[in-house]
Amino acid sequence: MPNDGAPADAPGGLTQAWQVQRRVLGALLLREMLTRYGRNNIGFMWLFVEPMLFTLVITALWSATRQIHGSSIPITAFALTGYSSILMWRNMPGRCIGALKSNMPLLYHRQVKILDVYIARVTLEFAAATISFVLLGLILWGAELLQPPEDSIQVLWGWLMLAWFGAGLAFTLGGLSERFDLVDKLWPPMSYILFPLSGAAFLVDALPRSAQEIVLYLPMLHAVEYIRDGYFGSQFIAHHDLDYLLGANMLLSVSGLSLIRQIGLEAGEQ
Amino acid sequence: MIRLENVTKQYDTNAGRRTVLDNVTITIQPGEHVGILGRNGAGKSTLVRIISGAEPPTSGTVERSMSVSWPLAFTGGFHTTMTGADNLRFICRIYGVDFHERLQFVKDFSELGSFLYEPVGIYSSGMRARLAFAISMTIDFDCYLIDEVIAVGDESFRDKCRVELFEKRKDKAMLIVSHSHRYLKGNCDRFLLFRDGKVEEHTDFDEVYYLYKVMLGEAPQR
Repeated sequence: MPNDGAPADAPGGLTQAWQVQRRVLGALLLREMLTRYGRNNIGFMWLFVEPMLFTLVITALWSATRQIHGSSIPITAFALTGYSSILMWRNMPGRCIGALKSNMPLLYHRQVKILDVYIARVTLEFAAATISFVLLGLILWGAELLQPPEDSIQVLWGWLMLAWFGAGLAFTLGGLSERFDLVDKLWPPMSYILFPLSGAAFLVDALPRSAQEIVLYLPMLHAVEYIRDGYFGSQFIAHHDLDYLLGANMLLSVSGLSLIRQIGLEAGEQ
Repeated sequence: MIRLENVTKQYDTNAGRRTVLDNVTITIQPGEHVGILGRNGAGKSTLVRIISGAEPPTSGTVERSMSVSWPLAFTGGFHTTMTGADNLRFICRIYGVDFHERLQFVKDFSELGSFLYEPVGIYSSGMRARLAFAISMTIDFDCYLIDEVIAVGDESFRDKCRVELFEKRKDKAMLIVSHSHRYLKGNCDRFLLFRDGKVEEHTDFDEVYYLYKVMLGEAPQR
């Protein structure tokens, strides 16, 4: 059957390379969605329904128990921003660790690059966390349980910085996991320890000063504080340093991309 | 053209470093049909993987100016929770070709019927091989890698495969790995005999087959 005149993988210019790249990423995305969610019941909607359910349960739980004592901060916004952020930086690495082992046979199709596999997975997690965050925000707002953000642009900016952090962490841990099997075993307990420390369940300002200094070494905490500052900043004193986050993001991106590049070289990519 | 120059492939095993291909140099011209013989583990499939680009050589260079298929009837690339049709759709997407026309072809060719819409995980190995072969025939390549493909299906299906490959695509280059006398003899112009990591070139089938049989330790009868 003819391939519209062109040989199956003829090298072309930059435009064609971009076309191939888009095609491959699109195909990988749809493949991921199909293999993870299938076509049964609500199918790919599980992509964001699952994180929404998680966030909703946590939000309800925290709202009911009023976890932060004697504070006037809006508990719904606090829980929504906190748990949505967790989903982002925890699920991206979770999906990228060991991602290659199950996708190795795809490399028989020479237009599929190893990095594409990681990009597809990170993109899907970003979409899942974002849709869940936005939809829940709208629903809770509609139910009058939540005020809209004070500064939407700041929330968006913080959210993107957090996504970048998640992607960099995912690339790095994903790349490391192909080299060291231990990463696969250590990430679940690691993320479990980081969960309470990452700011999902506390405001930095509520901690003693000595503790603040320690937890602020965690880059994602700066993103969470920044997002909350944009959401309900007039109600509390936020602590964040975006330059610190930016530095961490760049470091993780460089280390992640070079690790993946190394795997690619070993697997015969030019 | 495909050219392998001084290609060496070594694997680290528990018993130490094992050399599978030792300084191999071969050229495959457009349209050439090359048969490959050798014992199990002699490096035939390794060579196929290196040519396809799924694995790099330890040292040496691989040059490709033709498009090269994935190994024909290769079932490892399927996602078992996706249906046969969805697997085909994925292939069509990454190669940027029309799906519907090819679905019809795969339907007719694979004779899988409604199984095409079931997860590949529930297929028998014969069904998987039939699907893989049919999908392989939907994308056009300059060079086809054929690794033990003849085990696919029954007599009539094998016959269909023969027509698709050796009649409709007889002007394409092919690299055929096989143990089958009948299959190699009629279809190849050249032969490579694998022995201890080295590759010997032969053009006469009867001669190479005799050497192969001697290598296997089977009583030669000429």
